[in-house]
Amino acid sequence: MADAHHHDGPPAGFTRWLYTTNHKDIGTLYLWFALTMFIFGGLMALVIRSELWQPGMQIVTPQFFNQMTTVHALVMIFGGVMPAFVGLANWLLPMMIGAPDMALPRMNNWSFWLLPPAATLLTLSLFMPGGGPAGGWTLYPPLSVQGGMGVDFTILSIHMLGISSILGSINIIATILNMRAPGMTLMKMPLFVWTWFITAFLLLAVMPVLAGAVTMLLTDRHFGTHFFDPSGGGDPVLFQHVFWFFGHPEVYILVLPAFGVLSHVIPTFARKPLFGYTSMVFATATIAFLSFIVWAHHMYTVGMPMAGELFFMYATMLIAVPTGVKVFNWVSTMWRGSMTFETPMLYAIAVVFLFTMGGLSGLMLSITPADFQYHDTYFVVAHFHYVIFPASVMGAMCAVYFWLPKWTGNMYDEKLGKLHFWLTVIGFNLTFFPQHFLGLAGMPRRIPDYALQFTEFNQWSTAGAFLLAASQLVFIWVVVKCVRGGEKATDQVWEGAEGLEWTIPSPAPYHTFATPPTVK
Amino acid sequence: MFDTRRLVCALPRALAGLGLFLVSGVAAADYALNFQRPVTEIAADLYDLHMLIFWVCVVIFVVVFTIMFYAVFSHRKSRGAKAASFHESTTLEVIWTVIPFVILIGMAIPSTRTLLKMEDTTGADMTVNITAYQWKWEYEYPDSGVHFFSTLATPRAQILNQEEKGEHYLLEVDNELVLPVGRKIRFSLTANDVIHAWWVPQLGVKKDAIPGFINEMWTRIDEPGVYRGQCAELCGKDHGFMPIVVRAVAPAEFDAWVAAQKGVASAEAAQADKTWSREELIARGEKVYAQCAACHGPTGQGVPNVFPAIAGSAIATGPVDGHLDRVMNGKPGTAMQAFAEQLNDIDIAAVVTFQRNAFGNSVGDSVQPSDVKARRQ
Ligand SMILES: [Cu+2]
Repeated sequence: MADAHHHDGPPAGFTRWLYTTNHKDIGTLYLWFALTMFIFGGLMALVIRSELWQPGMQIVTPQFFNQMTTVHALVMIFGGVMPAFVGLANWLLPMMIGAPDMALPRMNNWSFWLLPPAATLLTLSLFMPGGGPAGGWTLYPPLSVQGGMGVDFTILSIHMLGISSILGSINIIATILNMRAPGMTLMKMPLFVWTWFITAFLLLAVMPVLAGAVTMLLTDRHFGTHFFDPSGGGDPVLFQHVFWFFGHPEVYILVLPAFGVLSHVIPTFARKPLFGYTSMVFATATIAFLSFIVWAHHMYTVGMPMAGELFFMYATMLIAVPTGVKVFNWVSTMWRGSMTFETPMLYAIAVVFLFTMGGLSGLMLSITPADFQYHDTYFVVAHFHYVIFPASVMGAMCAVYFWLPKWTGNMYDEKLGKLHFWLTVIGFNLTFFPQHFLGLAGMPRRIPDYALQFTEFNQWSTAGAFLLAASQLVFIWVVVKCVRGGEKATDQVWEGAEGLEWTIPSPAPYHTFATPPTVK
Repeated sequence: MFDTRRLVCALPRALAGLGLFLVSGVAAADYALNFQRPVTEIAADLYDLHMLIFWVCVVIFVVVFTIMFYAVFSHRKSRGAKAASFHESTTLEVIWTVIPFVILIGMAIPSTRTLLKMEDTTGADMTVNITAYQWKWEYEYPDSGVHFFSTLATPRAQILNQEEKGEHYLLEVDNELVLPVGRKIRFSLTANDVIHAWWVPQLGVKKDAIPGFINEMWTRIDEPGVYRGQCAELCGKDHGFMPIVVRAVAPAEFDAWVAAQKGVASAEAAQADKTWSREELIARGEKVYAQCAACHGPTGQGVPNVFPAIAGSAIATGPVDGHLDRVMNGKPGTAMQAFAEQLNDIDIAAVVTFQRNAFGNSVGDSVQPSDVKARRQ
């Protein structure tokens, strides 16, 4: 034990971070990496919105505009949101299940350190002859076959990001299955653990599919295969089927862990146990299952047989049921609680509210005939940003505010947190709400220039985007300020907080639960 | 300043104010908020279906969040609320699983009906073949053999903000797709290079144009008029610059238009046999070059590392044979298309002559339509 005490503190310097196998260090690395990518992706969004401030080409060329929309999406999804939640998983899963660390600490180090080179490769693609990938993040051939070397950089980057995700998922599953404290049965696990457990299986199932799709793209580009080239007997639609078999579960990979976060935050600030724990678990599993049989709702207009169109419409509509169960459970948790509204709770309420809007526009999009009008318009852009930004981005911020006192031992600045919250909510809605109208009125997505009748709403949207971006400076300020000091946090931090992570000191020691706790 | 309660209370007032501002602002600026006015039965059905599911969603949303915000305002600690301890209710959970399911069935029935109608392309009165290219549309009327390309007509100067933008900025083409009203028209749709999508909102028609596939769709337009749309599937650099314009006219007017088109085609054919002067060829070639300019640039400079320049290029200043070959047969595996199928003999001769004698190129020779014709055999 004396020896263990000796190793209690981390080594100093850069090698601490390079060689670390500590789940808290790796979690921190992931989170800072995600924040960096979030800023990078946000800057690209500002290039897009600046060009769309008014009709005509002002700032960039159409080709560069397409590179921006493509790389913005890839960076936000693979560099921003996914690493943010893996970072949260690293920090929280061992502390929530009473484990001393992740099950496979060295692999954990490797999964993180794959990310910076992958992100570098993706960024470098923009500087290659011919520029970065410009065919959209969905990389549809034959368009993606036309691009320059930047597309190959992107494909290799996706391979590395995919390996990182797969290793991370294996680690998460191994940790949850093997490292739970005595007494913590599966149905006693906190919901963040449950949602990540299911998400990890989704990742394991679909990341290899994406890797396969982009590898076929690579061989079509350079090695004379014709998987997707009709002139050689290939099929461009095949790529879309394979891509979306990955792509739809991917959406749930991005949001399910956030649903887990809400299921911690809402009971804490309502001072009331989560309503319907069991149905939450089953709803998550149902959503995960359905996510595998709805992929073609992204491609209603490719000319599918009637039976296919009907099947994918009905299956997609069904997702509304388990998603509804989750929303109803959160609302019921608030009902007759004793609520207070610290920043994490404000975020949680906003996520439920805004995500439900995205969910309902998703229900509209699931209706095949109506989708023929919505498809590939700004209505879709509005829809998925109402899903991804509230659930994934605001969900991750909610988690950061909630657990930051546990990580740093300091309370964050509540006034600044609330300022950040309100600015973000206003900026977000100003950016994306008008895009519903643009899409319905007929503005296609992914265009660098538009007809005059779309001008006003585009200007609202651009103004909102700059507000939203500027508000994130407040977030960085709050986090940095909290890391550097502040009012000392108690061990429990929040009056209503329950769970193993709140039983250990704040800040959480470098090594926790060397002796497993017993869960009643 | 950031007292939550005050902020939460101020929010509804702020929203009401914003709402008022929106309503008045929207009325003043004539913002387009919803689908464009439908002009076909299908588009009208889609509008009704869209509004139906929209209102169902609004009602669900309002009910759920009235309850949530009631709780947020009433069940707060600052009002002395004591937390209850219930955490499950099988009855409730069954109810809120079953009710959404029933609502979904209610939505699925009209959706299925509309979908079946939309996809029924049988019994058409006429067919139009549509082929998408980077970045233009080709229309062919197989019944009469009329056939032409349709490209963006908005001048470059407007796009580059050097000129006032016109009313139909980016939604205007050189050759409109003319269709008769009151007839069921079947479209058969494909693409030559990458995936595009043909979309005219007021007709309620959108479908992907995919190389190697032929997709079908149909429309029956109720009233004469001009209906504008755009390519909806990202298809590269000029995806935002390949509009669609449909002019719907009375059947008699349509027949007259078809006859006139045939007349133009036969006059062209007669011209192809004469010998053209270099000046005539260059003048015509400059107009045809608009098609090349999409990639090679209005001044023949191309885009570095993406699209080669024509100014000073080895091909455009080399032997005529090689130049004609590249223009007519394209370069497989690149965006350079085979223009032999897209342009007639005069246009090919003219554009090649133009390229050899413009942008600083001064080969000084010319190509006759008859040379092109000879190469075609
Ligand atoms: Cu197109």
